[in-house]
Amino acid sequence: MSARLLDAGDGAVTIEFGDRIAPELVARVRALDQVVEAARSRGELPGVVETMPTFRSLTVLYDPLQTTRALLDPALSVLLRQAEQVPPTAGRRWRLPVCYGGEFGADLAEVASATGLSPDEVVRLHAGCEVSVCMIGFMPGFPFMGDLPAALDMPRRREPRLRVPAGSVAITGRLTAIYPWQSPGGWQLIGRCPVPLFDAAAPTPSLLAPGDRVRFEAVTPQRLADLEAAIAAGALTSTAWLESGA
Amino acid sequence: MSATLEVLASGALATIQDLGRVGWRRYGVPSAGALDPALLRLANALVGQAEGAAAIEFFVAGPTLKAVDEPVQLGFAGDFPVTLQRANGERKQLDAWRSLTLQPGESVRIGTPRGARAGVVAVRGLSVAAVLGSAATYTRARLGGLGGRALQAGDKLVADSLPVHDGAAPVERQLPRPPAADGRAIRVVPGPQADHFDAEGLEAFYSAEYRVSADADRMGVRLQGPALVHNAKGAEVVSDATVPGSIQVPGNGQPIVLLADGQTAGGYAKIATVISVDLPRLAQAPVGASIRFEPVTVAQAETLAREREADVRRWLATIEPLATDGDIDLAAIYAANLVSGMIDALG
Repeated sequence: MSARLLDAGDGAVTIEFGDRIAPELVARVRALDQVVEAARSRGELPGVVETMPTFRSLTVLYDPLQTTRALLDPALSVLLRQAEQVPPTAGRRWRLPVCYGGEFGADLAEVASATGLSPDEVVRLHAGCEVSVCMIGFMPGFPFMGDLPAALDMPRRREPRLRVPAGSVAITGRLTAIYPWQSPGGWQLIGRCPVPLFDAAAPTPSLLAPGDRVRFEAVTPQRLADLEAAIAAGALTSTAWLESGA
Repeated sequence: MSATLEVLASGALATIQDLGRVGWRRYGVPSAGALDPALLRLANALVGQAEGAAAIEFFVAGPTLKAVDEPVQLGFAGDFPVTLQRANGERKQLDAWRSLTLQPGESVRIGTPRGARAGVVAVRGLSVAAVLGSAATYTRARLGGLGGRALQAGDKLVADSLPVHDGAAPVERQLPRPPAADGRAIRVVPGPQADHFDAEGLEAFYSAEYRVSADADRMGVRLQGPALVHNAKGAEVVSDATVPGSIQVPGNGQPIVLLADGQTAGGYAKIATVISVDLPRLAQAPVGASIRFEPVTVAQAETLAREREADVRRWLATIEPLATDGDIDLAAIYAANLVSGMIDALG
């Protein structure tokens, strides 16, 4: 399968596998990312400073004082061929609590009317599927997860919100996400998740990583409040939400 | 022992920055760090410390800083005025590109950079905890710096006590020939999504004059000019990685250049990427400044990056001791020795 090397200035090159959101592209990105990281850990890619996996491409950032594209491109081509032989390793499985609707999911009613479903059916579909993490981006710890059932396919809000509360569970297209921070945002809000998605003090600051699988569990407002209190008190660590995996 | 430097006035968007955090883009964390790394390196060298140490970067107007309990040495990099206020109220105007030791009770007011927007004030021995390997402030996620936010009046920065050399005043340094302003076009590498524009669209981009809008901060700079027209591929892409320098063109055709705090991924077509050498210049361009873009190849941009590094090393090497008021004029003595030496040699 083909991949294109795209110029991204004098400090980055993007290896693009396609222009869609599709599980097979996410898998190819992860496979290449893992092969590149392994090569880096063996000291084989001097000057490469970090990589950024996305839905459909891997961007390799480098220091132009230490290497050049003329040196890097052939090495990346070799790793591309290697990555095609190696399936990516399996991610972890998570179950995250979500309190749907009401004050926590301001757009649930609108999603229901736009999709022709009842609010309960929207919740059942969202909490009844397993999604995988495609990439982390937009802001620290923000997970782009898919695919949602086709019945939940929704465009972005016409007017983005200036303030989406932290913990908001949102959907757009066939994707779902959780806002780790209060921020502007244009996705449809359907619930609230109390689990912190980003902790700068943790060895891996983002709770989720590409390839992880996530299920959502509907909880009551009371349960949400209890969980928020327990998390604030330090009584619940991130492993409480882990179902399996490394 | 430690010294306290109090922020009397915050200036505009003064934050603690270093050379940025590397390795966390995959988790959505941008590098942050100084918009102009050369200024940070020069400021730190002026106070005789590691080039990448944490320092204060400010935008538009600088902060006012006061030494509270012990002397504090500051280094000023950028073209901005500095006003020293002594404990007795007496004022003295100084230029930047030098170091200055504040005695307890003395304060310094940093003015507005001329023809640019950013300046850096290094604080010798500044102590800031690293978050994800860097002290750089990223306000959007409250990471680094002072509580992850810009400086505020009343903040107290902590620095190591100055080393004592038999009671002598600390060595002050200056950069005698600061980097000259550069008014050339901003050079860019076309792509990664230049193919979302037809030849006419690309030509328009490279011939148009853009103005820096007021909507410009550490995340990015919005430019205003003739609207760029996308081809059938459109303005949106499935999100992929953005880097500092990425030039996004949303549906309205007005380019947005991402900077150190820019998000790590985006869904707009990126027509080109500003090269590393020219990004600091664009980041500092004042509101209303006129910008033109010029395409270069990746190989040219890489060569320019290496040449710039050689320039910065040359500037760093020219930093020299500065004669201070009331002291013997060291520079004059050096000059006189040199002159008399030459006269002797000519005999």
